[in-house]
Amino acid sequence: MSTFILLTITGLGLGAMYFLIASGLSLIYGLMGVLNFAHGVFLTVTAYALWFTESKLGGVPVLPRFLIAAVVGLVVAVVFAALTELVLIRPLYGRHIEQVLVTVGLALSVTALVTAIWGSDARVVVAPSWVGETTTIFGAHIPNDRWLEIATAVVVLFGLEGFLRRTRYGLIVRAGVENRAMVTALGIDVRKAFTLVFMIGGLAAGIAAVLYTLYSTTIDPQQGTSLVIFAFIVVVIGGLGSIRGTLWAAVIVGLVQQYANYYASSGLGDLSVVLLLGIVLIVRPGGLSRSFA
Amino acid sequence: MAPLPPLVSVNDLHVYLGESHVLQGISFDVPDGGVTALLGRNGVGKTTTLRALMGLVDRRGTVELAGEDIRGLRTHRIVRRGVGYVPEDRDVFSSLTVDENLRLAERDPEPRYDLVYDLFPELRQRGSQAAGTLSGGQQQMLAIGRALLNDNRLLLIDEPTKGLSPLLVTEVALALERVSELTTVLLVEQNLGVVQRVARDVVVLDTGRVVHTGPARELLDDKPAIHRMLGVG
Repeated sequence: MSTFILLTITGLGLGAMYFLIASGLSLIYGLMGVLNFAHGVFLTVTAYALWFTESKLGGVPVLPRFLIAAVVGLVVAVVFAALTELVLIRPLYGRHIEQVLVTVGLALSVTALVTAIWGSDARVVVAPSWVGETTTIFGAHIPNDRWLEIATAVVVLFGLEGFLRRTRYGLIVRAGVENRAMVTALGIDVRKAFTLVFMIGGLAAGIAAVLYTLYSTTIDPQQGTSLVIFAFIVVVIGGLGSIRGTLWAAVIVGLVQQYANYYASSGLGDLSVVLLLGIVLIVRPGGLSRSFA
Repeated sequence: MAPLPPLVSVNDLHVYLGESHVLQGISFDVPDGGVTALLGRNGVGKTTTLRALMGLVDRRGTVELAGEDIRGLRTHRIVRRGVGYVPEDRDVFSSLTVDENLRLAERDPEPRYDLVYDLFPELRQRGSQAAGTLSGGQQQMLAIGRALLNDNRLLLIDEPTKGLSPLLVTEVALALERVSELTTVLLVEQNLGVVQRVARDVVVLDTGRVVHTGPARELLDDKPAIHRMLGVG
């Protein structure tokens, strides 16, 4: 029983990170029709900005040092995402092939640049000690970072829902997901919403990167890219443009991965997720969002 | 007394959609005030003309609004110069409520909710209902209400009675009459009964060219011309 609880909480923690990454991807695609293959490097730049800042604050105690580094990482993520939209994506709206190429190019070049500067070896991030400790629930020793991941995802979910339901820009984003041309025909400069959604996507991905550094305590140049592959699967399973669909899909993918790795065979988790994607594409090509609407 | 300058002046407007040369150098004026009906058979370019005026399709030629060339402006900037648009398929945001659809359209500091609810009281009653669950007639009311919320100089309204029951057609025609007292309207409409009721002037298109302009009454009284140009009567 304790193993099942541990697997479930770990799966939920993993799902929480997938949700954070995938929610931005889903909103960006839903509003702008942009498949952002550079989303993974939002995680990479956050992680390296965090690690770099932390390494420069040697004399500062661990907790404030980590918090300062995390804030710097998040600011870098938001600025990087905004620049990506303004400089690379905006001139190419409506040209989907070129957008895919430019985001793939950005992902490859940032990864190569990071490798060239800091090498391909993993770098250690010093996390606050509480994160590495465990909390015992029904006999299961749950690492504390899992709780942090789940709680953060819940806060981000409510924040996103609040933004979408209660603000004018949220209204513009929801309407834009349905019909961008009509939004502009109401006198609204929808491009501002595009930049804002990229920044929100960057922030959510940045938060995921901070949490992942707590989970793994190391960073490397390829980490962002490998995480974003599962986020893409989550987006497709959840239904493009749907935050609720993304949430459920992230939870399902996280749990399936954990259960399959333990109960079937180690390494089968990734394969199970791909199998799940295939089943959803056959049975419900539009994703889960309609069933949870 | 010199005649008033037109509110809209379209000159040599061309639009290509893919390989198709949809508008082939059309020129016409929309006088300030009243309703000008844009008529023609199906597929002659009426909807494309409105979309070109809105900047929703690439176009060549000049489009002047109150003397200012607006052809180079992006759609949202054209709208902010006082142009409202009611598209052919209504294009209400189906996942948003009626209230949210209206709120999204607000531009003026004091949106004219009183006018909108006076014309279409149902919109007030159905404020919290998702627009996608409204009937076709109710969606049309919402689409028109959205355009009326702001004090526009010009309204472009595309086939507002399309697919509506006779009762609703009368209701929409009444609303158009009221709207025409407040602002200039360029109306695409197939229902000649509605045109007769509301339009002061007409522009007739045929295969992407203007083939007639003039007072509505003059054309509507000329049955052979209507038959020749519109294929009805």
